[in-house]
Amino acid sequence: MSALPPYATTGQRIWHYAFRVICGLIFFFLIAPILIIIPLSFNAEDFFTFTPEMLALSPEGFSLKHYRDFFSSNDWQQALWNSVTIAPMATLLSVGFGTLAAIGLSQPHVPFRRAIMAILISPMIVPLIISAAGMFFFYSRIGLQGTYWGVVLAHAALGIPFVIITVTATLVGFDRSLTRAAANLGADPVTTFFRVQMPLILPGVISGGLFAFITSFDEVVVVLFVGSAGQKTLPWQMFTGLREQISPTILAVATILVALSIVLLATLEVLRRRGERLRGLSPA
Amino acid sequence: MNETGPVLSADGTPLKRSLARALRREKFRAFLLVSPLLIFILVTFIAPIADMLFRSVENNIVQDTIPRTVHVLRGWDPDANDLPPEEAFQALYLDISLAAEMKRHTRLGSRLNYEKSGMASLFRKSGRGVGKFDADIYTDAIEDMDPAWSDPATWAEVFDDADTRAALPVTAGAWAALNDHFASQGKELKKRDLEDYLFAALHLDTRDGAPVDDPGVKAIVAAQAATPFEPLDYQAAFADIDEDWVDPDVWKTIQTYAASYTPGYFLNSADLQLTPAGIEARPENERIYITLFQRTLFMSLMITLSCILLGYPVAWLLANLPARSANVLLIFVLLPFWTSLLVRTSAWKVLLQQQGVINDILVWIGLIDNAGRLVMINNQTGTIIAMTHILLPFMILPLYSVMKTIPPSFLRAAKSLGATNWTAFWRVYFPQSVPGIGAGSILVFILAIGYYITPELVGGTQGVFISNRIAFHISSSLNWGLAAALGTILLAAVLILYWAYDRIVGIDNVKLGG
Repeated sequence: MSALPPYATTGQRIWHYAFRVICGLIFFFLIAPILIIIPLSFNAEDFFTFTPEMLALSPEGFSLKHYRDFFSSNDWQQALWNSVTIAPMATLLSVGFGTLAAIGLSQPHVPFRRAIMAILISPMIVPLIISAAGMFFFYSRIGLQGTYWGVVLAHAALGIPFVIITVTATLVGFDRSLTRAAANLGADPVTTFFRVQMPLILPGVISGGLFAFITSFDEVVVVLFVGSAGQKTLPWQMFTGLREQISPTILAVATILVALSIVLLATLEVLRRRGERLRGLSPA
Repeated sequence: MNETGPVLSADGTPLKRSLARALRREKFRAFLLVSPLLIFILVTFIAPIADMLFRSVENNIVQDTIPRTVHVLRGWDPDANDLPPEEAFQALYLDISLAAEMKRHTRLGSRLNYEKSGMASLFRKSGRGVGKFDADIYTDAIEDMDPAWSDPATWAEVFDDADTRAALPVTAGAWAALNDHFASQGKELKKRDLEDYLFAALHLDTRDGAPVDDPGVKAIVAAQAATPFEPLDYQAAFADIDEDWVDPDVWKTIQTYAASYTPGYFLNSADLQLTPAGIEARPENERIYITLFQRTLFMSLMITLSCILLGYPVAWLLANLPARSANVLLIFVLLPFWTSLLVRTSAWKVLLQQQGVINDILVWIGLIDNAGRLVMINNQTGTIIAMTHILLPFMILPLYSVMKTIPPSFLRAAKSLGATNWTAFWRVYFPQSVPGIGAGSILVFILAIGYYITPELVGGTQGVFISNRIAFHISSSLNWGLAAALGTILLAAVLILYWAYDRIVGIDNVKLGG
């Protein structure tokens, strides 16, 4: 695939390049919608499309007004604050419980391993609308509906499968004789955990945490039902904005979020490489 | 040491038992590590799902709101096509009076309205109407006999006695219900809270005599033995509120839905209806759910197919490029995967609008004229395009990880044996990539079938899924039972697919981010 052999026929040559063009178009389909909102967010007008001034690249066509809107509007700032307070707390809960359970699950003998795994992964599989409906009914009964902790607990539950999956994946490559060696050298189980096991599985824990964080930070269906106006998060505010067609401030927020996801993606990539190096698998 | 005896460990216990104990301890420790999370998930996630399943069949509202009527109707034969006996109307009077006091009759009305239209307004009207019944004749007669009856303290004292309560069951029940309601509200019963229905109940209990010792009640019994109070025609009074009360169908509906559990919500989800005569199809204009389920399935399939068509070439390219360039190209797949769902949906909203970027470009290059701008949003096309984009990474990543394991030498071998490019691909490469297609398709399909946000924003009315209807019933129409039933059906579909996924791929093999 990578290189065309010199004996290729004309038809093969045409197909080779046509295939690359097709793939290029699909990559364009994947990435263009995300990139196109970046220039649009600097629009000087309240339009969702390019103005003639923008196409002419004249400076009057561009402005930071939508960003100013975002940073000066009370609604958006409150939403940002809510997102920033809910997501880390939910992440903390998911990572704490999740890491502990993943270590338990990776022991050689776990009773009902399959069933437990199925239950722990289920929040990722059950459609969000069903989780949201169930949580709305149940949390109203126990008085958690419309509270900060209600949303945090719901988001923590949704983030747990990601932590379980990433941490158990790291533990698969974990060499058990290391803990035995540590015990042999006189370390108690707690010291062994923090000094030997933790540093090795840390990349998995962090990437699981990032997944849990983005799940909560990006989540809108559950918070719509479990939260009340006091827990309005950034995605919720965007959702209302899009449904009611209000302002292109949404595009400014979207651009900021794209920047955030690029940072997250880069972090994950660094972690993955580090994990491979630590386990002695050099990148191909 | 006995040569034939069991092998012993260092502390003298048989090795077999010692090992078993160690294994048990190890199992217990593993379970101990897992249990906090298991409890956490059971409380925050599994319990809510169980609650939803329960709500899809739960129907206590009729029994709780009009218990006396339900009790009388148990002995009524609906097939005779007659009205229920006068006792049913008497019970209904007490029930609705008490329900109106607690402001619960309108909720029951809305519940029954799902099954028979007109019930909501009937109960609303009746809640107001029962206060205007001529039952004040009893209040006046009894209070004339002894003014102490107008004081709640007298009532409390009389009904403090268990024998009296047993002798005057109807009144005692109504009095207890009223007291419980005030106690739960933290309010105190005042004189004006002693309404006519309590005196009417007292009349019903005492008109044929009652074995009581209480002098006040004895006086009432004696007075009625001399000159009976003028009886109130409850049926006529209800007919005055609304003619529907003398329609046997209304009573049959109440009787049909009196049970604590009902299949009604599930039947409704399948465009059926539980009527007194059995299960029937709903009226033509109310049949929407079968269509909606079909549309959800059809559109999820379309999205899955588009994902296969677009994902396969890309995964192939990624798997066959040198690792360095593949990693760079993988960013194009991973960036959308990591970008906020709302961001991607807003991007499509911006692109697909009639005054949006795609239409602008098409007009500019002259493919369409300004009047003929394409309608690509608020319909099925919009939903399919946007969701294909959103779910495409979930197809590419599993495909890529399967294709990476297929040795390229197989294709070369096939070609050297004389296969054409197509035969080599179709007979050698494609069959080996099928597990990847299966895994990706099930994943995409599961995710698509329950999607809510994107259809809500770009789907208009024709491009919405069953999940949007569930959300509508929770937040707008407040028909929670129906929302729960629809959710249960959707959940069942997803769990079957999840099980299939587990059989084909294995839950443990779910990979994130490549």
